[in-house]
Amino acid sequence: MGDMNLIGTSVKRKEDYRFLTGGGTYTDDVQLDRQTYAYFVRSPHAHATVKRIDKDKALKAPGVIAVFTGEDLATAKVAGLPCGWLITDVNGQPMKEPAHPPLAQGKVRYVGDHVAVVIADSYLQAKDGGELVEVDYDVLPAVVNVGEARKKGAPGLHEIAPDNTCYVWALGDKAAVDKAFASAHHVTQLDFVNNRLIPNAVEPRAALASYNRAEDSYTLYVASQNPHVERLLMTAFVLGLPEHKVRVIAPDVGGGFGSKIYLYAEDVVVTWASRQINRPVKWTAERSESFLSDAHGRDHLTHAELALDQDGKFVAMRVQTTAAMGAYLSTFASCIPTILYATLLAGQYTTPLIYCEVTAVFTNTAPVDAYRGAGRPEATYVVERLVETAAREMKLDPAEIRRRNFIREFPYQTPVALLYDTGNYEATLGEAMKLADVAGFPARKQEAAARGKLRGLGYAAYIEACGIAPSNVAGSLGARAGLFEAGEVRVHPTGKVTVFTGSHSHGQGHETTFAQVVASRLGIALDDVDIVHGDTGRVLFGMGTYGSRSIAVGGTAIVKAVDKVIAKGKKIAAHLMEAAEADVEFADGVFKVAGTDKEIPFAQVALTAYVPHNYPLGKLEPGLNENAFYDPTNFTFPAGTYVCEVEVDPDTGRTEIVSFTAVDDFGKIINPMIVAGQVHGGLTQGIGQALLEGCRYDKDSGQLVTGSMLDYCMPRADDVPSFKLDTKETPCTHNPLGVKGCGEAGAIGAPAAVMNALTDALGVRDLEMPATPERVWRALQQTKMRKAA
Amino acid sequence: MYQFNYHKASSVADAVALLARNSDAKLLAGGQTLIAAMKLRLAAPPDLVDLGAIAELRGIKADATTLSIGAMTSHAEVAASKVVTQSIPALAALAASIGDRMVRNMGTIGGSIANNDPAADYPAGVLGLGATVNTNKRKIAADQFFKGMYETALEPGEIITSISFPVPKRAAYAKFKNQASRYAIVGVLVSEGGSGVRVAVTGAGPSAFRVPEMEKALNAKFSPESVAGIKVAANGLNSDLHASSEYRAHLVTIMAKRAVQAALGK
Repeated sequence: MGDMNLIGTSVKRKEDYRFLTGGGTYTDDVQLDRQTYAYFVRSPHAHATVKRIDKDKALKAPGVIAVFTGEDLATAKVAGLPCGWLITDVNGQPMKEPAHPPLAQGKVRYVGDHVAVVIADSYLQAKDGGELVEVDYDVLPAVVNVGEARKKGAPGLHEIAPDNTCYVWALGDKAAVDKAFASAHHVTQLDFVNNRLIPNAVEPRAALASYNRAEDSYTLYVASQNPHVERLLMTAFVLGLPEHKVRVIAPDVGGGFGSKIYLYAEDVVVTWASRQINRPVKWTAERSESFLSDAHGRDHLTHAELALDQDGKFVAMRVQTTAAMGAYLSTFASCIPTILYATLLAGQYTTPLIYCEVTAVFTNTAPVDAYRGAGRPEATYVVERLVETAAREMKLDPAEIRRRNFIREFPYQTPVALLYDTGNYEATLGEAMKLADVAGFPARKQEAAARGKLRGLGYAAYIEACGIAPSNVAGSLGARAGLFEAGEVRVHPTGKVTVFTGSHSHGQGHETTFAQVVASRLGIALDDVDIVHGDTGRVLFGMGTYGSRSIAVGGTAIVKAVDKVIAKGKKIAAHLMEAAEADVEFADGVFKVAGTDKEIPFAQVALTAYVPHNYPLGKLEPGLNENAFYDPTNFTFPAGTYVCEVEVDPDTGRTEIVSFTAVDDFGKIINPMIVAGQVHGGLTQGIGQALLEGCRYDKDSGQLVTGSMLDYCMPRADDVPSFKLDTKETPCTHNPLGVKGCGEAGAIGAPAAVMNALTDALGVRDLEMPATPERVWRALQQTKMRKAA
Repeated sequence: MYQFNYHKASSVADAVALLARNSDAKLLAGGQTLIAAMKLRLAAPPDLVDLGAIAELRGIKADATTLSIGAMTSHAEVAASKVVTQSIPALAALAASIGDRMVRNMGTIGGSIANNDPAADYPAGVLGLGATVNTNKRKIAADQFFKGMYETALEPGEIITSISFPVPKRAAYAKFKNQASRYAIVGVLVSEGGSGVRVAVTGAGPSAFRVPEMEKALNAKFSPESVAGIKVAANGLNSDLHASSEYRAHLVTIMAKRAVQAALGK
């Protein structure tokens, strides 16, 4: 019979046979008849006027079929790429939304900006042709650093924003916060750089578009995290195509981390071009292009202050952040440093007054948008670095200061708009301290010192808000899209089930987790359930996967559809067993008449639904196929405590993470193994941000200096320790599974934990991320010099 | 990558002939630098002469005084070789520290030193052990081989056939890795052999170099303390995104000290 104990079980991933045996189908694996290849001519300059583009030589090159520029798109009335979230400035005006043309029109604004596309019979021919496209540039001065965008004399990127300011936005009661600071017992202040990161999914972005002249329809294969949103944005806002004539398929996708949420220029251009040349057009990014043109993450400059009373209770927080948007507004760029950042500044604490002001600026760099955590790692970094520093300044134990300020009663309304439904921060902190053996730390520090090493310990008690919702509230905050999810449960006549979900799996393991949910709810075998995702032609609708929303929002939509199936099944079963519908119960895959031994298995009900001979046709439609849309009433709030222990080699400045403990509360957990995998990945990316990864543009030329794996340091297995993980569970109160989401937690909590440990080891107040060996060594040299002086 | 003509040489003489016949042809050893540069279109040789099939360029042999490694021997082969581990374990360890597994399986000792990347490991090994580079034309002492950034004493048409290392009394290689590329930010090979102590540094300067002051101090007393106080000048050292010249200069002392420590088995 069915698999009853699937929830909470580490079932091996159904999709892994496909992936591990090379059976996955990624966009670049798809081969279409008469397929052509696109190469994008990109700007070698950070900022320039495009005076002239000459295609002639390229058009004569072998194999070249077409060359298109921004002028061609303008003539065809192709619009710019839209931004999906409108932020309103403190002055009441909408944010500045400069045009974001898929191919440059008159100006280029970052190295890698799209200038022209060359389409040829082979990729090499397209690339060779690309080198023959002659572009005359008038190079302009550029500004690449977030802190310099608004400085007097900084070159302006867009006419509508001459001071490079997209918006100034604020949250909280400034007057009340200022007043609290004026009379505070102690104020801790820090200045932070939240370093710019380059996502680097294993599979580079790719798109393959084909136009079907007979049907006047399009199919776009694309490495995307949300094919329906991609289709909606492309058809409704950019190309003006009829939505029902465009099918977007995001097949197997090799990682996203946010970078594949967005509608990119390349996707639009190949789709448009496929009709112009009446042949399929494929583009797959080279790794260098990924570095240059995938949306980057973070890039904040922040001044933050925490006011405390004499007992170490937080009385107010004041935060000023400048956030880079890059050269153009990417799809969700504007909401990341606002809605997904300032709202998280309460953290796990009862800080009663919080004020945050965010200035978003344009810089001559790749656009910046959501990257694993998206605003929440930045907020956690601010809160947890402040808290740890305050504890040190006030000579309080860092765990104790957190305990004194924990929120302990739920639901809890924060001063920054969120309503936490549930949590138990004491539980995750306590467990993390036990697992990390915090009590044994002084002895370990002493032992390390005997070996000439500096050992430090740091905490991060993070909170995140997942499954952004409900749609109407998001709408009132500026969202230009809904934030629900859709699911469909199709029961086949034999009782096997295909589930269609609007969530998208690009490594998360939905095909297993969602199947566990459905199989356990229907009491059928795991192998009898398949999950279909990533195809607007098969899935009814979807908002996609980002913000750790899949299980909480997508999973709930599926549960709702399953429950509709069960409700209909009860009617059919009641008819078959000649019982009243109210007396029919469903459990463990069997419909039963309460109090009798009458029962019918699920599969028989399914068969009856499709072979409706003995069936109440007068009052019930045949078939067993149900849809559901789910719009959550609130975010979910995963939280946890991380404890990091580092050892620094003072001779070289190299930091080794010797121990990392993560105790998370993700609510109910469906598959602990998959959750652990998500935490491992998130922690590794968080450690990467803290110690290794730092995107750098040359200040003068605007060139991307960290444009390859040789210079941009992605974390590798030997850079991280074997993690110590555990979970605590306070079920989410407002979804039927009690789930909260786990995809981003690691990346949210880890940077602060690492930097708290590292500053502890070094005895310094602050250190900039990534804390490279030289930065650490220099910090130690400075300390030595101060002591000597 | 641009299109190019591929030639597979069957012998060193054949390779020389192919080079002579095709102007601007490049020799292909393990390809770990050249192929990557070609893929990025930073290099575009019209012809490649592949040395991979030439049996006479491969192999490791040793006697009591000399270890000889064929130019086309891969880093992985050197790292795993019992012969190398027995005669000069420091060299096996150096090879094992190069790049990643894929690089070690493809990359070759001859290719590495002919390329003379300022951050490559082998130049420190060859210079620090006082090896001799054998070519189809002559024998070149290590001290005469490395001429500058990506520059060697090799002449057009000259092919490295093998490298002969005198077996030292003791030696060790200490490397401070670039965490991204796993090249050396600073790597120091220290050896003590028949002709005294040699200290060779890679990663820090435009090309591998020796530190005579350290050698002198170690000749007097082979102990980590002997080099602990000796600083190289930061002036003229490499300075880039990953490390300033000042930091590199500091690391030279630290890595030299560690190499001596390791050579002493401490």
